[in-house]
Amino acid sequence: MAHPSVEQVWEWLETIPDPEIPVISLIDLGIIRDVAWEDNTCVVSVTPTYSGCPATSMINMDIETKLRDCGLTKIELRRKLSPAWTTDWLSEKGAAALEKYGIAPPQPAGGPQRCPHCQGTQLEKLSQFGSTPCKAQWRCQTCLEPFEYFKCI
Amino acid sequence: MAEVDQKALLQFLLRMGDNTLVLGHRVSEWCGHSPILEEDIALANTALDLIGQTQLWLGYAAEVQGEGKSADDLAFLRDAWDFRNVLLTELPNGDFGQTMMRQFLFDAFQSVILARLLKSSDTTVSEIAAKAIKEVAYHVERSADTVVGLGDGTEESHSRMQAALDYLYPYVGEMFLSDDVDAAMAAAGVCPDPTTLREEYDALVSKVMANATLAIPANAYTHKGGRTGYMHTEHLGHLLTSMQWLQRAYPGCEW
Ligand SMILES: [Zn+2]
Repeated sequence: MAHPSVEQVWEWLETIPDPEIPVISLIDLGIIRDVAWEDNTCVVSVTPTYSGCPATSMINMDIETKLRDCGLTKIELRRKLSPAWTTDWLSEKGAAALEKYGIAPPQPAGGPQRCPHCQGTQLEKLSQFGSTPCKAQWRCQTCLEPFEYFKCI
Repeated sequence: MAEVDQKALLQFLLRMGDNTLVLGHRVSEWCGHSPILEEDIALANTALDLIGQTQLWLGYAAEVQGEGKSADDLAFLRDAWDFRNVLLTELPNGDFGQTMMRQFLFDAFQSVILARLLKSSDTTVSEIAAKAIKEVAYHVERSADTVVGLGDGTEESHSRMQAALDYLYPYVGEMFLSDDVDAAMAAAGVCPDPTTLREEYDALVSKVMANATLAIPANAYTHKGGRTGYMHTEHLGHLLTSMQWLQRAYPGCEW
């Protein structure tokens, strides 16, 4: 039986939003590491962002639901631990979408480059931990608004 | 490479996973009770990371055990005498300062041991270490900063942090004890003998305590018995009654 191409499956996956930050897709986030056919089973390898990220099970469910809706019946999700996820895998499109959404994207320097609200550069760190494990809390000293920073890992 | 003794490997994995499980549960007890919102969120996130790491360590432990059990089975269906965490992780939270001191003393250990485990001869161990070490880098940065901030803070915060260090320090030595399990892990290249980690640990802890203006107690007495399972403190049983209650009352319950 012919099955959809791997490229087709990637296209479907591209439409699945991250459950916690719905403006970026799972592919933008860089957590889908591989798609392959093994006989008639579609194998999707997923890596967790943080080991205890509670969104992991929801992400797996979203992938399975999406692929079933697209007509696939034999699907296997594999956890791929290594190499460990890094924010370097966040796509440029994803980084731009994050900033527009009000979350400062990760920077190699280790802190946000500018305030996602007013672009101010006088910033202070409030806490290395935010509303989810992947974010830190910062504040802009120009507009005084707090904002979240997607921290490097 | 030497043949890895599976029983010893299981013990090693339980030690790693029970440390993060028990401390993760302890830290989660702060949820909704911290001095300020930022600290509450930070503690909850730290607990979450620790529980996530537990899933990896105990998941692998269950696989090595080969009895068809899961990480959940190991977490929720063992009794106190089967736990292999160091005593430090099961001690009560005390005040916020004591919690942060305990966190730092443990984070410092994790940062040292995980760095060595990156080169483990066991691929799964090195992969788990590579994942966990990124999270621990944030934990140790925060706990060290907090210990310095409170130690070198007001008279009140300084005296509380010194009291926390005096209380907790006798539990530090257990992390660096060595037995047959450790010897087997070292021989197989899975994990270096814990005694060889002490120097690096002491250097890190001394530096932070100096910045925190806190004095490390001279008394070298070491409480032990957690990592071997010989004898836990009375605190572990109380922790388990809370953590395991649901699975004990409603066996097999899922939602
Ligand atoms: Zn601003």
